[in-house]
Amino acid sequence: MHRQVLSWATVVLGISCGATWAQKSATESIEEYRAMLADGNPADLFEAKGEALWKEKRGPKRASLEQCNLGKGPGVVKGAFVELPRYFDDVGRVQDLESRLVQCMATLQGFDAAEISRTPFGRGEMANVTALATWVAAESKGLAFNLPQGHTQEKVAYEVGKRLFFQRGGTHDFSCASCHGEDGKRIRLQDLPNLTKNPGDGIGFAAWPAYRVSNGQMWSMQLRLNDCYRQQRFPFPAFGSDALSALSVYLGVNAKGAKSAAPTIKR
Amino acid sequence: MADPMRIRAQMSGANATVRVLMSHEMETGQRKDASGKVIPAWHITEVTATLNGKPVLSAEWGPAVSKNPFLQFNVKGAKAGDKVAVTWKDNKGDTRTDEATVS
Repeated sequence: MHRQVLSWATVVLGISCGATWAQKSATESIEEYRAMLADGNPADLFEAKGEALWKEKRGPKRASLEQCNLGKGPGVVKGAFVELPRYFDDVGRVQDLESRLVQCMATLQGFDAAEISRTPFGRGEMANVTALATWVAAESKGLAFNLPQGHTQEKVAYEVGKRLFFQRGGTHDFSCASCHGEDGKRIRLQDLPNLTKNPGDGIGFAAWPAYRVSNGQMWSMQLRLNDCYRQQRFPFPAFGSDALSALSVYLGVNAKGAKSAAPTIKR
Repeated sequence: MADPMRIRAQMSGANATVRVLMSHEMETGQRKDASGKVIPAWHITEVTATLNGKPVLSAEWGPAVSKNPFLQFNVKGAKAGDKVAVTWKDNKGDTRTDEATVS
């Protein structure tokens, strides 16, 4: 009898040790798996596609995007990504990268901006916008985020973005802050960055556009934000809306100084 | 016309490490679309690689390979400046060849 108790104790001890060991090992394995994936990131394919699209004469006006002003002057791509969203004089509002690209496609190439904005992600011209965004982001890889906050509209966008970030709603009474408002949170094996402050280089706002391995899709920032809204069981703002730009301004300004790693690869 | 591949070939010791990223849907033929119809299989069936025109790898692929596949292999006895060419063929008869120089 005595011996049986002893052997049970050994078994229990064995299980608890095993579990601790397995947990650590799983996290390490995931890290290893991610490092392996990062070498040969299919985002490269979208990047190459985006670069070709930028230079190609397309659309009703048979023009390229090489005169597109992303904020640093016509045709300046390098460094533009880490200063977006920003206020644009010609449209009189704050635009993020994707809205700006659609704007350029409309004014320079003659595409119908409203029609592109209605197109679901991954289809038709919207897939091209994502590829262009991937290339533009890649051109600023390693640069530090430094969103301008000089214009009143940019300051307003930050405040609006902050309120949207903390706004609770939907069937689960979730806000962005429910998951991204504290340090050290995670969903299953996904670490959740605290986006109310600078989460560090290449994390959060500095990591998108990214290639999603699980569904083989290239995801832009707007699609990423929409997915957060989807998980909140909340209707997501329309493509190119001021709400999404404002949210991006909030995240981008908070990430000031963080080095961009986009395009990255995600689970 | 299929999108280009990305091929990197780098010397490591006496071997060249070749890393290839292919752009392909790799549809398995097992999935159904929103209206319940089966999406026809569309995937790479054959991959070949050559070093200066001499075959060094041939592989038969099926629907189990992921979308936008990544392939890495080592080539013995390669030198810097050698040309590595990779070709894939899919079940619709489409094909694509791209080349890179070993560095």
